[in-house]
Amino acid sequence: MTGIPPPSAAAEAPGNGGLVAGSSLWHDAWKRLRKNRLAVASGIVILVLTAACLVGPLVIATTWGYDYETQDLAYGARPPSWQHPFGTDFYGRDLLTRVLYGGRVSLTVGLLAAVVAATIGTVYGAVSSYAGGVVDSIMMRAVDILYALPYMFLVIILVTILGKSLLLVFLALGAVGWLLTARIVRGQVMSLKEQDFVTAARSLGTPAHDIVFRHLIPNTLGPVIVTFTLTVPSMILQEAFLSFLGLGVQAPRPSLGALINDGANQMLVFWWTLAFPGAVMAILLFALNFLGDGVRDALDPRMKH
Amino acid sequence: MRAYLIRRFMELIPTALIIVVGSFALVRLAPGSPFSSEKELPPEIRRQLDAKYGFDKPLPEQFARYLGNLLRGDLGPSTKYPQRSVNEIIADGFPISLTLAGVALVWSLLVGITAGIIGAVRQNTVWDHTAMAAALVGISIPSFVLGPLLVLLFALRLHLLPPAGWGDLQHVILPGITLGTIYAASIARLTRGGMLEVVRSDFIRTARAKGLSERLIIWRHMLRGGLLPVVSYLGPAIASMLTGSVVVEKIFNLPGIGPYFVDAAFNRDYFLVMGIVVLYAFFLLVLNLMVDVIYGLLDPRIEYS
Repeated sequence: MTGIPPPSAAAEAPGNGGLVAGSSLWHDAWKRLRKNRLAVASGIVILVLTAACLVGPLVIATTWGYDYETQDLAYGARPPSWQHPFGTDFYGRDLLTRVLYGGRVSLTVGLLAAVVAATIGTVYGAVSSYAGGVVDSIMMRAVDILYALPYMFLVIILVTILGKSLLLVFLALGAVGWLLTARIVRGQVMSLKEQDFVTAARSLGTPAHDIVFRHLIPNTLGPVIVTFTLTVPSMILQEAFLSFLGLGVQAPRPSLGALINDGANQMLVFWWTLAFPGAVMAILLFALNFLGDGVRDALDPRMKH
Repeated sequence: MRAYLIRRFMELIPTALIIVVGSFALVRLAPGSPFSSEKELPPEIRRQLDAKYGFDKPLPEQFARYLGNLLRGDLGPSTKYPQRSVNEIIADGFPISLTLAGVALVWSLLVGITAGIIGAVRQNTVWDHTAMAAALVGISIPSFVLGPLLVLLFALRLHLLPPAGWGDLQHVILPGITLGTIYAASIARLTRGGMLEVVRSDFIRTARAKGLSERLIIWRHMLRGGLLPVVSYLGPAIASMLTGSVVVEKIFNLPGIGPYFVDAAFNRDYFLVMGIVVLYAFFLLVLNLMVDVIYGLLDPRIEYS
């Protein structure tokens, strides 16, 4: 992963006149990404799903007057119809509303957890590598140890400590999910810190934290973004795991994992309660993984064969 | 080689100690206690319970006692299941979880490596595209969606396998496939990528120049290179298979470790949580060491020193 050239000046100061415009790493990557039809299609699917999850529940609430917890016991567990396109659940709640709301929870948690993981990982990896020597060995030894730990168990312990709130689930996931990013960033900084522009900065008397945050970290953004896009779907999956185990978002608020859990318990009688949340979850992960692959190919063409 | 193994094994000891200290701190510094989740207990009874399990002593003393018992192989009593020791609970559940992870591992390696070889050898053909599309679908389908679908098809429609519960090996086939598919997909992509990486390398050209048959080149030389990324992926993969079995055990109602762990974390069953985390961590440490050794055996460029 050391083959990525540091972004040119144009990338660090976008919109800075037309001097070097059009030849930056980011511009090239964007061009390559747009040519990748699958990635573009996935991006559109993600945008549509996100928009639906954000706006959908609002539109339904104002038009038909029910939200994710409005019950209509006389209308319980009905198959899909024009009025309820995804059917209703056991308590007569509209499944479409619940799936959209659940999708909103999944996307939020996935995105925020990935941000937390990327931030911790980047800073940790950069500091470790720049400090070097004993500090570096100790910090990386700690990563090795955490890598060997049963990840899901740690998340479960953290969730039980922090309490079962939506806000803290993403913190727990992010707090445990930064290891890969830390390793990648460290590898990048290892080669970057020997380069002339860092030596120049140091000889000018730039303080260490400025070198790390101003000069080293911006130059590792490529691989970090690639890891980030592939972390989002994996965090969404982890959140669904937790909700499936009853540790995530608490009823009556839905999340995709919790909906799938309900659906799996009654799939023989009410097939739609599993089919729709399951399909939305799979499509979402599918699109995110495709887009992540596309971003990787675009930012690091060597990876593609 | 032997010196290397002994040295690596000795290095595990401080790591293991750090893990025990860390998980003890994490579990014990969490708010709440094993007796706080139930109804408010009368203070005398509370005191007696604390005294019975030694929770009235200062934490360092408790830790020393725990470590002493641990070295003798005694993981302590369970506060949630007072009539059973942690050792007994683990002896009941761990073999089931281990069998499940084993089946998942075999399934993921068989399917993943086969698909990866097909993809690499028939690069950019229909075979390749089909295999890689299937891999992407496999990565995107969460186990708790795949599991119910497999049950629906193979157990309830075709009556080939039991839908849930624990008895003999038949009962872990569907759970194993459910758990292993996502890893099979990753392994397929890694194998393909790894093999394509070595296709253009000098030793393959040498092999061709020697007049080796294409079959021998694929099996002897390309596969070896192709498996390197798979081997380094195996450590984290097996770790997450072992802990991911929590979800699959719930889907298929298997009496493994998973249900106990979630219960124990919630009820602050200190000894049971600690016991399970420590057992899994030690297991994974040894496993990662084995993976390192196998990696060295596959890659002749690595020297043991």
